[in-house]
Amino acid sequence: MPEQVAITVNGVSVTVPPGTTVAAAVILAGQPCRHSVGGEPRGPLCGMGICFECRVNINRRLHCRSCQIICEQGMEVTTDE
Amino acid sequence: MSSVSKSKFDVVVVGGGPAGMAAGTRAGECGLRVAIVDDNPTLGGQIWRQGAKSEPEPEHSAWTKRLRSARAELISGTAFDQPDVGILVVEQADGTREVAYDKLILATGARERFLPFPGWTLPNVMGAGGLQAIVKNGLTVRGKRILVAGSGPLLWAVAAYLRTHDAEVVRICEQASWRSLAWFTLGLLEQPRKLTQGFSLKRELAGISFSPNSWPVAANGHSVVESVTISRNGRLEEIPCDYLACGFHLVPNIELPQLLGCRIQNGCVRVDDFQRTTVANILCAGEPTGIGGVELALVEGQIAGLTAAGRLSEAQNLFGERNKLQRFAGRLDQAFKLRSQLRSLASADTIVCRCEDVRYSQLRRYTSWRTAKLQTRCGMGPCQGRICGPATQFLLKWDPDSVRPPIFPVRVESLAFPASSVVPEQPTLTGGL
Repeated sequence: MPEQVAITVNGVSVTVPPGTTVAAAVILAGQPCRHSVGGEPRGPLCGMGICFECRVNINRRLHCRSCQIICEQGMEVTTDE
Repeated sequence: MSSVSKSKFDVVVVGGGPAGMAAGTRAGECGLRVAIVDDNPTLGGQIWRQGAKSEPEPEHSAWTKRLRSARAELISGTAFDQPDVGILVVEQADGTREVAYDKLILATGARERFLPFPGWTLPNVMGAGGLQAIVKNGLTVRGKRILVAGSGPLLWAVAAYLRTHDAEVVRICEQASWRSLAWFTLGLLEQPRKLTQGFSLKRELAGISFSPNSWPVAANGHSVVESVTISRNGRLEEIPCDYLACGFHLVPNIELPQLLGCRIQNGCVRVDDFQRTTVANILCAGEPTGIGGVELALVEGQIAGLTAAGRLSEAQNLFGERNKLQRFAGRLDQAFKLRSQLRSLASADTIVCRCEDVRYSQLRRYTSWRTAKLQTRCGMGPCQGRICGPATQFLLKWDPDSVRPPIFPVRVESLAFPASSVVPEQPTLTGGL
């Protein structure tokens, strides 16, 4: 297992320890996960896959609950698509 | 195109927390073929959610080992519908799986209750358990100022956890009064194990300000939370912080039991002494039958697993322990009952439904959850009312509507697979334990 896992969040590289969820990585990157229908920035709320506030796009798959998904080497995460 | 596979088990357990693990273990140990369906990265549920680097708790390890020897299969995915009696459909990362059962054990756990107040939608305002889960999964909080607020014993556990991760817990705000907390503590005398846990928590929390009679009235900040205004003993106070970890105790996850027709009573799944629901061959264990904590979940899970295997007298041996733990659960409910002042936390323009940005003023015009949904789209976003439902139930005393499949948002292809596209069983689709 590599010591660190590198992913990108909206093209910016983020390096995290193995076992880190995408939600944690997005917070560490200092970015909101999405903007609400009214344009507000939103981040994770429930941390357990219920609220869908942390949804992002992972490797072009839409609406992934980032709190339930572990970062994998080279993952491309984008928000607001 | 996604693939569909089918398989059949003697017992299917939905939910891999303590109740589900105990149920699956006991049924598997009786020689039954068991599957556990769960959508979290690892088994253990929320209470035993395992960190990236941390060792699992001893009890978690013990149950994992026992479950593994019982040869239960883990199906990683989300159960979202029952197209026919005895068959659940599970969405997985790369396809859909139909899982047939003789007996079904629902161990769907609980979630935090969130109450809307101005600013609660700001990033870095999270659930108490929510922030803990994300820290367990890799978020570093070293040196961060965190206000822990809301209600319930979870707040203490979260504060202690955050502190061991070098966060500065600036205060714990508990809405309940000293009086109800004292009564709750008295009840611990009947539960030596919980009393010991309580004492060790007290040590871990030493030096953190704890305020009963207090709650957040506003989270302030531009793009993230920067401070929280709290009401403490009737006076307002502003506390600067980097995170607000806020949850008002727990609500059972009853959507799947409801979909399957199980009778719900006072927001919980109704079960008999053997954990059987009102629907034949469907049992329920843990938080969905009433919020009671991990020990109760483990005993209820075992009773359900043994009952599913027809070992009724062995199940009966556990009734005494279960009933004692249930008395504790009753005390929990009483002690952390939400005070009515919390109904006035939301102001007219506070967003109540976060998925659809529906504000409190829009909702107050309606008299029921159903009309409000139809007119405002409240509760119709991806969370399907899991967050705003319990909130409006408390704020406006609305009863939740019936649930409809799919009970979780799923990919279109997961809904649209024709029966003829069924391919032979693909055992490789499942993850190992």
